[in-house]
Amino acid sequence: MSQNKSQAGTIQNPRVTWEGCSVLLDINDGDRLVFARLSAAATLKIGNKNFSLQPLIGCPFGSSFQIENGDKGPFLSRFVASMEGNNAQEKEDFESQEISKDNRALVDNNKAQSLTGEDIDAMRRQGATGDEIVDALIANSATFEKKTLFSQEKYRLKKQKKYAPKVLLRRPVARSICEAYFKKYPARIGFLRVDTLSLLLSMANVSANSDVLVVDMVGGLLTGAVAERLGGTGYVCGTYLGVTPYPMDIVRIFNFSDEVCNRIVRSALTELSLTQTVTLEQIHQQENELNMECLSNPQMSSSVSMEEISPSEKEITVPVPENAISLVNKMGKSTKAGNKASQQAIELWKENGFSSLIIAAPELDIWSLLQDILPLLSNSAPFAIYHQYLQVALFDSSLMPSCILMMPLATCMHNLQLGKMAIGLQISEPWLREYQVLPSRTHPCMQMNAFGGYILSGTKICSS
Amino acid sequence: MIRPKYELYSLYSHGVSGGWGALSCSCYCILFYKFRSLRMLPIDPTKKISFSRIVCDGDLVIVYERHDNMKAVKVCQDSVLQNRFGVFKHSDWIGKPFGSKVFSNKGGFIYLLAPTPELWTLVLSHRTQILYIADISFVVMYLEIVPGCLVLESGTGSGSLTTSLARAVAPTGHVYTFDFHEQRAASAREDFEKTEVCNLVTVGVRDIQGEGFPEEFSGLADSVFLDLPQPWLAIPSAAKMLKPDGALCSFSPCIEQVQRTCDTLISKFTVLIRSLMGLVHVSSASLLDIRTFEVLLRTYEVQEVRMNCSQGDGGNLGSLIRKRRRHSGKGNNVQDNLSSPTVMARPCSEAKGHTGYLTFARLKCLS
Repeated sequence: MSQNKSQAGTIQNPRVTWEGCSVLLDINDGDRLVFARLSAAATLKIGNKNFSLQPLIGCPFGSSFQIENGDKGPFLSRFVASMEGNNAQEKEDFESQEISKDNRALVDNNKAQSLTGEDIDAMRRQGATGDEIVDALIANSATFEKKTLFSQEKYRLKKQKKYAPKVLLRRPVARSICEAYFKKYPARIGFLRVDTLSLLLSMANVSANSDVLVVDMVGGLLTGAVAERLGGTGYVCGTYLGVTPYPMDIVRIFNFSDEVCNRIVRSALTELSLTQTVTLEQIHQQENELNMECLSNPQMSSSVSMEEISPSEKEITVPVPENAISLVNKMGKSTKAGNKASQQAIELWKENGFSSLIIAAPELDIWSLLQDILPLLSNSAPFAIYHQYLQVALFDSSLMPSCILMMPLATCMHNLQLGKMAIGLQISEPWLREYQVLPSRTHPCMQMNAFGGYILSGTKICSS
Repeated sequence: MIRPKYELYSLYSHGVSGGWGALSCSCYCILFYKFRSLRMLPIDPTKKISFSRIVCDGDLVIVYERHDNMKAVKVCQDSVLQNRFGVFKHSDWIGKPFGSKVFSNKGGFIYLLAPTPELWTLVLSHRTQILYIADISFVVMYLEIVPGCLVLESGTGSGSLTTSLARAVAPTGHVYTFDFHEQRAASAREDFEKTEVCNLVTVGVRDIQGEGFPEEFSGLADSVFLDLPQPWLAIPSAAKMLKPDGALCSFSPCIEQVQRTCDTLISKFTVLIRSLMGLVHVSSASLLDIRTFEVLLRTYEVQEVRMNCSQGDGGNLGSLIRKRRRHSGKGNNVQDNLSSPTVMARPCSEAKGHTGYLTFARLKCLS
């Protein structure tokens, strides 16, 4: 493999970590997912110890790390798994052993293991590696030999996860970020599943050199995913109702270069709107307001900011939303994503329209938003609207009965058709199912996420 | 990168069929560029999608008759389109903006849409079974394809996925796609010229199952996509092509194919399997993160239901709405429609049951 060639031309998605970059740490095969920013001072807690993340700096994404004992105590060390055993043989073993063993004689009474907790601690003090401890546990288990091969492997894995945990260094990209958030804190991203997100990007024809308008109320995940596809060209303009932009913290995790960050801009809907002519005075006033907020909020620099996504019950501090999000790139210089769109850009968009639109705003009234936003699109521009709910109940105590059932996307679709504003309209519900594929053990996974939301897609047509 | 703030108004490209015409815009000019052929994927930042798009002679347009009836048409000054709505003269189209409604001699109408990879997938001629938007969008996301990537694909088939891959890697990346059928490769090349993605796609005639991918790509591919009858034969070569941490995807309609593919990913490369049953098989790993998925789209149909208010009292929706209106009318100036329409959505009874299984894997870093 030509390693040198692979480094070239990857400014957009570098394959090696650097000081200050953000990473996704995958501990024990997806059991625990942690976003972190690498620095000399950054640490990761495994068990009841804090491990420095310094060894991870300068390593390629996709590297694995395990705990090793050193002079100054245990530390994270990069490992490359070497050839172990003959797989063809093991496969045969699986198939033959399956017939002879079963679990009819095994009693689960917690007495099978003869090693105690103190014994294990003593081994650790003597410098035993995690794998050695696991081997010792297996050797001291009275029931191990009676188990089937599958069961033995399952036992080994369980012990390995506890005594010899592995950390996989993952690159934060749209896919991994969306999956991590969806697994542990789906509410923060409006339950936007990875296949739904991918559909939004395709249906809205997001590509380089396009101007994409987004209404992102899912923490910045959508904006980041669009910016990733733009690759430093075109623009992704996040618009918002009122004067306060929606939080965009997740964009920070993407490790975007300056080029890409400059393409992520924000602008109030009132400024973009064709019917409202915002006077220069109003623009200056808004700018001043935003600048004031900028000064009062602390700037997030290269200090460690960890966002833990795990089953722990620790309190997670949500980062303060900012108007311009600071990022630290390779050179250590600060670059902002989410700056106010320049007046020139706004004028161009008013003249030509945006090339597409994506809305992911669980809390907004979609139809009224669409009425204001659709005119901003260029002719024949595709749009995609994500919504969690098929039906919404409106309560109004002045009415009897006091509840009305509404279908936001269906109403939109119907109104768009009536108003001849769009064609090719479709409401879709994405469906995703994962499979376990193993010899003699292939079946859909036991756990499935049944809900990915709904998408209304279509193409804007010329108003007659 | 030079970012022109305004575009050059060119008189040259108006009337030039296809191509870009003699446009020079290397300096900042304060003129607007309106008339130019539409390109599905704008490679040049000066020809962004969002600028006013006018239909020109030689453009590829998507003619929309109904949501399930569309076709791709190349605009030609002297041509006509004939369908059940009548006869449409192409010359009527030239100069109109995309998204326009155009009329036939009989007063029927159609819409002219700008081509996108999604629309292209719905209108292209099927020489083989193709991939649709649900699978395509998931593949592009899961293979982490972004501008600048180098992607290898086999087989090309009808080029449905290839067109979307081209969009994802534009403007600086490239897609090398291979098919062992010479005629299909040629048809695909023609299509890529039509949709003007030929700068981003190179079609090769090659038997990937038998010969593997060309050596020249070793270690250079960000992603590899396989849609072959026996993908396990191509897996060793695919793994060689990938950069460390690069991603691979294999699409197969049959579960037996999937099992054999995963088996190869597992045994030939002795892999770290992520099994959700808790079984782990640790060996030297070349490929990990092996995951298999199915993706489908369920569509909904929307109907307007008009509630007849003269119906008797009862527990139906109509009476519900009537009661509400009666009360809201008290003291309020609420407009009272006698039969206010209600919109209801329900899943379409016809749906795709299965297209194929998508198996993904990642190349581990071994150094």
